[in-house]
Amino acid sequence: MSTDVIDAPAPSSRDADYLARRELIQASARNTVKRRRISALVIRILFGICVVLVLIPLVALVYYVCKRGIDALSVAFFTQTPTPPGIPGGGISNSIVGTLIICGLAVLIAIPVGLLVALLLIERTGPIPTAIRFGADVLSGLPSILIGLFAYSVIVVHTHYSGWAASIALAVLMLPIMIRGDEEAMRTVPGDLWEAGLALGARQSRVVRSVVVRGSIPGLITANLLGLARAVGETAPLLFTTIFTTTFTLDPKQPMSAIPFVIFYDGTSAYKNLQEDAWGAAFVLMVGVLILSIIGRTVAARLTRKSR
Amino acid sequence: MSDTTSAVAARIQQEVLAQGAGAPDLLDNPAAVTLTDVAVDFGAVHAVRRVTFPLAANHVTALVGPSGCGKTTVLRAINRMHDRSGGKVTGSIRLGDQEIYGRDAQPEVLRSRIGMVFQRPNPFPTMSILDNVTSGLRFNGIRNKTVLKEAAESALQSAALWDTVKDRLDQPAVRLSGGQQQRLCIARALAVEPEVLLMDEPCSALDPISTSAIEETIVELASEVTIALVTHNMFQATRCADLTAVFLLDNDDHIGELVEYGATQQIFSAPSDPRTEQYVTGQVS
Repeated sequence: MSTDVIDAPAPSSRDADYLARRELIQASARNTVKRRRISALVIRILFGICVVLVLIPLVALVYYVCKRGIDALSVAFFTQTPTPPGIPGGGISNSIVGTLIICGLAVLIAIPVGLLVALLLIERTGPIPTAIRFGADVLSGLPSILIGLFAYSVIVVHTHYSGWAASIALAVLMLPIMIRGDEEAMRTVPGDLWEAGLALGARQSRVVRSVVVRGSIPGLITANLLGLARAVGETAPLLFTTIFTTTFTLDPKQPMSAIPFVIFYDGTSAYKNLQEDAWGAAFVLMVGVLILSIIGRTVAARLTRKSR
Repeated sequence: MSDTTSAVAARIQQEVLAQGAGAPDLLDNPAAVTLTDVAVDFGAVHAVRRVTFPLAANHVTALVGPSGCGKTTVLRAINRMHDRSGGKVTGSIRLGDQEIYGRDAQPEVLRSRIGMVFQRPNPFPTMSILDNVTSGLRFNGIRNKTVLKEAAESALQSAALWDTVKDRLDQPAVRLSGGQQQRLCIARALAVEPEVLLMDEPCSALDPISTSAIEETIVELASEVTIALVTHNMFQATRCADLTAVFLLDNDDHIGELVEYGATQQIFSAPSDPRTEQYVTGQVS
């Protein structure tokens, strides 16, 4: 910067007719402001139409699920196991608990692995991180049914249908989303903070722990919740790894039911009370995902505010 | 510590005295912009209040004061930059006899009359040097190539950049050095022929050579444009500004306030407010 060549100051090189030009420009600004505002308005209206087009199916879906789902809710719905087809009453407690345990275990597997892989991607350059990144991108685009088939042939065939198998399948499903999300979150930490840490004599790994990870916690939370939200409602991997049962169990070594099963099997069944259960399950799932995202956003927002 | 501060104070005094007795009628100049009891709030946070002073037409007015006392906030209020940042401006700011926050005010038209140069050079990265300079004109509906070209040359000359870039006007603006980029931003603002130019610490990211070039530009422009210059640098204020507004934090509630406004020479040699004296002689942390 210090090598700048500075022009000699040009005294009064500026033409004296700047006043005329000022007049011209201001007239143009005044005269075109109406046209510019109209074109801005037209674009805004187009935006509005697009927003409505997006909202219609969303609102309709939410409304329909709420309308049909709320009717199915009762205390028994949350506390009892299913009754046989045709017999009213009963609930889906086993499936709710199953989803909680399966997804909980999946998250416990996927978050640490995802975070460590993301750290590797952040800290290292070269062919290995590039390959991992590419792999993660491919994996996240893979149909979930393939992951189900994979988990079936690797785990279920050698053991049996179980909550664990389902958890591992869902963990594999979440992993690429979490890796890429974690990496993006950590990339938002500005480079000069890295340099500030290194310049104080910290090792790179220490800088990552103290500065980079801490600075990106809100982003990390969002990324991991996105991964979880994606997996909570997945059905295909579960079909290969566990079974729709009516027994209540807390043991992931046993086959465990899950909410998507209720929606899938009961929703297409001929019995009215089972169909109702399916709508209730859909409602529970929707509200669950909603609560997850609200919690995630609130925590992230609060952390961001605190760090400012 | 006290040795250095008093040395700095002495140097400022010397510079002020070297510039001779300032015109006493500076305060009688017609105002291009008038601020009356202006306050800016960000939600529940009060940034600055009780700001009443004019920008004398075709003169340079420096806004000085410690960090966080609201200089930049006031500057940005003048061309309604807070419309975007969520700051709420109360009080009255008038450009000539037009109320800037009036019901019928058109922000776009106002901003074409009140240009701004920011702390960090911010040329549009996807545009060439020439396109950067003419962008304001094109935003305001001017398409005539000759007019654009003439305005660009004139503005680049005023910003002391013409000879450096005249043979590479089509190159990307970001290829220029930091100091050149800032002069390009000044040229970009000048091309719209604003009546008022707001400059927010325009030299804080620049080396001394670029700084002195920009200071010369500021002094020269003052005959055509009303300039408001936010600066941390007391010497810059004494070198460039005819008039100075001093902002300080209120001791009790730490809200920025205007404590003194007057001819630069008077502010630095014989301030009427004891708090100003403390600040300009370096006795305020």
